[in-house]
Amino acid sequence: MTEKTPVLEADQRLSLPRGVRLRRDEVRGRTVLLSPERTMALEETAIAIVSRIDGKRTLAEIIDGLAADYKAPRDVIAGDVEAFLQQLLQRRMLEVDR
Amino acid sequence: MEATDSVADTNPPMAMLAELTHRCPLACPYCSNPLELKQQASELPTGDWVRVLGEAAALGVLHVHFSGGEPASRRDLVELTKAANNVDLYTNLITSGVGLTERRMNELAQAGLEHVQLSIQGTDAAEADHIAGYKGGHSRKMDVARWVRSHDLPLTINAVCHRQNIDHLQRTIDLSVELGAHRLEVATVQFHGWAAKNRAALMPTKLQDAEARRIVDAAREQLKGILVIDYVPADYHATYPKACMGGWGRIGLNVDPTGRVLPCHAAESIEGMEFDNVRDKSLADIWYQSKAFNVFRGFDWMEEPCRSCDRKAIDFGGCRCQAMAMTGNAGATDPVCSKSPLHAKLLDTVIELDAVSSPPPLVYRGR
Repeated sequence: MTEKTPVLEADQRLSLPRGVRLRRDEVRGRTVLLSPERTMALEETAIAIVSRIDGKRTLAEIIDGLAADYKAPRDVIAGDVEAFLQQLLQRRMLEVDR
Repeated sequence: MEATDSVADTNPPMAMLAELTHRCPLACPYCSNPLELKQQASELPTGDWVRVLGEAAALGVLHVHFSGGEPASRRDLVELTKAANNVDLYTNLITSGVGLTERRMNELAQAGLEHVQLSIQGTDAAEADHIAGYKGGHSRKMDVARWVRSHDLPLTINAVCHRQNIDHLQRTIDLSVELGAHRLEVATVQFHGWAAKNRAALMPTKLQDAEARRIVDAAREQLKGILVIDYVPADYHATYPKACMGGWGRIGLNVDPTGRVLPCHAAESIEGMEFDNVRDKSLADIWYQSKAFNVFRGFDWMEEPCRSCDRKAIDFGGCRCQAMAMTGNAGATDPVCSKSPLHAKLLDTVIELDAVSSPPPLVYRGR
């Protein structure tokens, strides 16, 4: 088997693969990330992270942006972002470009 | 009071299974559709489906699963996909692949299809076509998988497993990776509908189940971030029942080919059930008000041992159709539960089935 488990690195551009998308769920008054057979209700911070995944920004740029917007220490933000993105990666809900 | 309570507590549905047709070119001996299939002439027309998709979205449904039968047997599949996409529903196509062409897959991808769940009946043509009762089916499925992935659409391989193929599980996993699937669903045959006729030929042994769990655990570790594997064992081998449908009338609804709305796809096996039709009533009205949805909703309907059980909010008493089939009472505790008074009898059945040394020949649907 040639496939390797993907890993997150700071200089990778991140994108949502086809079949994974963010939408407003008006009926329940929340924002959800939809993927095959799955619905993740996102909290404000998770929405902020996912909204920055656009195929252009790198992981480092996403963390920089969030640290600036939330005026929070970069290493704290980095820990949260990486933990969340790792979950998406393991479920094949995130694409990394190298 | 009790009835009002359960209606007030009811949340909007998350998912709708749209069974567009019962027509299917395959003849799988474990077909989960009802014994009595609906004819093409009684199928819901395109306009009604488009309206129902709109009603579903307004009601709070997020995922629509186009299913069947073989949904590709419907000429309006592309149109319905587009209609679902227009109301922002997440569209999933559950297909055998037979009846799809490369051109049709292109049209579906353009129409906004978001995920394909492709069934396979085995890992090579001889085995798979024998089970499906359809020559050339397996090879078409391999084409379909390539077309799906050529559009970068996520692909789930759905491999129904049973006594005669579960020993090829590792090969099924390897094939899924080769096909570029994101997810593999290995679900043991559920012995409802046509499948009940073939139970002795298809029930995996306890030993096979244990080996399957070992293979799945190892593969999950090895394929992290490559392939998500869901394994659904035979509930006959479990200690507690499955949370069938995530609870009756709690998460999803099922519209059958004629427009009847069912809490679960096998619900008509329960005697005395009556189902409302989207031709007569709105989906919201049916979801919140209909007798069929409220009868096993919440906890008030439960009998002992479920009623006082601390697992009732985990498994909701198990499967109503299985309770009906095995006890004659759809309100009984699912006998796969170790707390059911009928569990000992079920264990006898398991031992009996395990001891079958040469499984009887398969009985095919429509052959």
